[in-house]
Amino acid sequence: MSKILLHGTEAICEGAIRNGCRAFFGYPITPQNEVPEYMSVNMPKVGGVFVQAESEVAAINMVYGAGGAGIRAMTSSSSPGISLKQEGISYIACARIPCVVVNIMRAGPGLGGILPAQGDYFQATKGGGHGDYHLIVLAPSSVQEACDFTYRAFDLADKYRVPVMLLADGMIGQLMEPVELPPMRPLSDIPKKDWATDGGYGENRRVLNSLIIKPEELEPHVNEMQRTYDLIASCEKQCETYMTDDAEIVITAYGTVARICKSAVKTLRKQGIKAGVIRPITLYPFPSETYAKAAERAEAFLTVELSLGQMIEDVRLAVNGKKPVYFYGRTGGNVMDEEEVVAAAKNALAKARLPQEV
Amino acid sequence: MIKILLAGQGGQGVLSAGKMLAESGLKEGKEVSYLPAYGPEMRGGTANCSVIISEEEIASPLCNEPDVLIAMNSPSFHKFTPRVKKGGIVIVNGSMSDCYAGRDDIAVYDIAANDLAMEAGDIRSANIVILGALCRATQIVKDKSIINCLNEKFVGKPALMEINERAFKLGKEAAEKK
Repeated sequence: MSKILLHGTEAICEGAIRNGCRAFFGYPITPQNEVPEYMSVNMPKVGGVFVQAESEVAAINMVYGAGGAGIRAMTSSSSPGISLKQEGISYIACARIPCVVVNIMRAGPGLGGILPAQGDYFQATKGGGHGDYHLIVLAPSSVQEACDFTYRAFDLADKYRVPVMLLADGMIGQLMEPVELPPMRPLSDIPKKDWATDGGYGENRRVLNSLIIKPEELEPHVNEMQRTYDLIASCEKQCETYMTDDAEIVITAYGTVARICKSAVKTLRKQGIKAGVIRPITLYPFPSETYAKAAERAEAFLTVELSLGQMIEDVRLAVNGKKPVYFYGRTGGNVMDEEEVVAAAKNALAKARLPQEV
Repeated sequence: MIKILLAGQGGQGVLSAGKMLAESGLKEGKEVSYLPAYGPEMRGGTANCSVIISEEEIASPLCNEPDVLIAMNSPSFHKFTPRVKKGGIVIVNGSMSDCYAGRDDIAVYDIAANDLAMEAGDIRSANIVILGALCRATQIVKDKSIINCLNEKFVGKPALMEINERAFKLGKEAAEKK
């Protein structure tokens, strides 16, 4: 199939629809308004449901309901809207309902600004809502990946019965690039759910609930959830490495920022500095092993983010003190350019090479 | 790899021209990216977009240092000209801007796009005039690819198609004279 030019938001919608998403609930917020716009036109065409909810809170709880009934359901928003959804996400995680939540990040905190940022890393990977739960978090860095990862998110959600978050910065939402769309998957091809409350007469009663009031019942439930996260961690970690084999300095970033870092690596290599990039694709589970391996050879790490330093904590844990980890970040909706990353990388390497007093 | 920054006033067709350029590149089997600068803008405000057309995979979609700048009005011309790469090209809409770049390491094409667009039949085709000049000045995409894009856009509107085709040709000719 030939490639077509698509907006990041449109690619997300196509990835969802083509993998059986038949319910979308959303509430407008820049920079992801094109998602509900596209869904409002295209959901009815495939016999799906589109609802513009009265609020983000309503939208996520509609996902709770639809997902519970066994439908592949999705909602999307941007940072402040995702904050509003956290209660619902925690409930959904506890009730073990698969769904997909898209966060096209904008600059925060507060109402912030509408330009690209990556300040929601902690919220996405460390909980966000209350209680012991995790989301699988996927970070696309191109429009093609925005489509492919959304497609995959539905399979992951169903397989593990967990909510999956697609975490993209505002640039992915607005970028247009060539995309090869996956074929439309027939609904009959999607595995049946033997737990869904889909109204089966004569069958055992099915209950989906997030209120488990007895401690002797809640503990095993949460332990069971934790076993799922352990399984996810052992099976689903994914990352891309670029020229890391002989790298003196390993730059690490996710999403669009990783592409800026790749450009910077090309420039650094031309100047004789061996640089490489590690780009985590799953932010949760975090691909720690790749960093641990790189730490054996590299002299220093540089984490580059559109925030004031969030992923760097996971990088430091993964590198585990073996090598210094430095940081470069921009915030407020500003995006660093290649030269800034080049300068930061040289700086980091110089610092790492300073003689240490013992 | 060619990085193009298109800038102008909201409503001048800067974003459509950029999109058309990216589509034309895609049709020729190249790697392309199109990134509009979006902000709290409105009609009459500023608009700009970055288009990259490349033979190989595009890493960063940003173009802080464009090879080519298309400036549809005076503020965009003066704001972005200092950023153009050494040896780069600036195509400026001479109907709405002066063309004094203040540097001599770039080539400036002064194209009176609004006037030529009116000559073609509709002032709204000024962006296509500029695309014509761009194709002549850089050969970045084939004329045919842009014309095919226009055909798709104006399918069922032969009168508009004719105006735009004329605008494209006038832009090309204007760039030839420079």
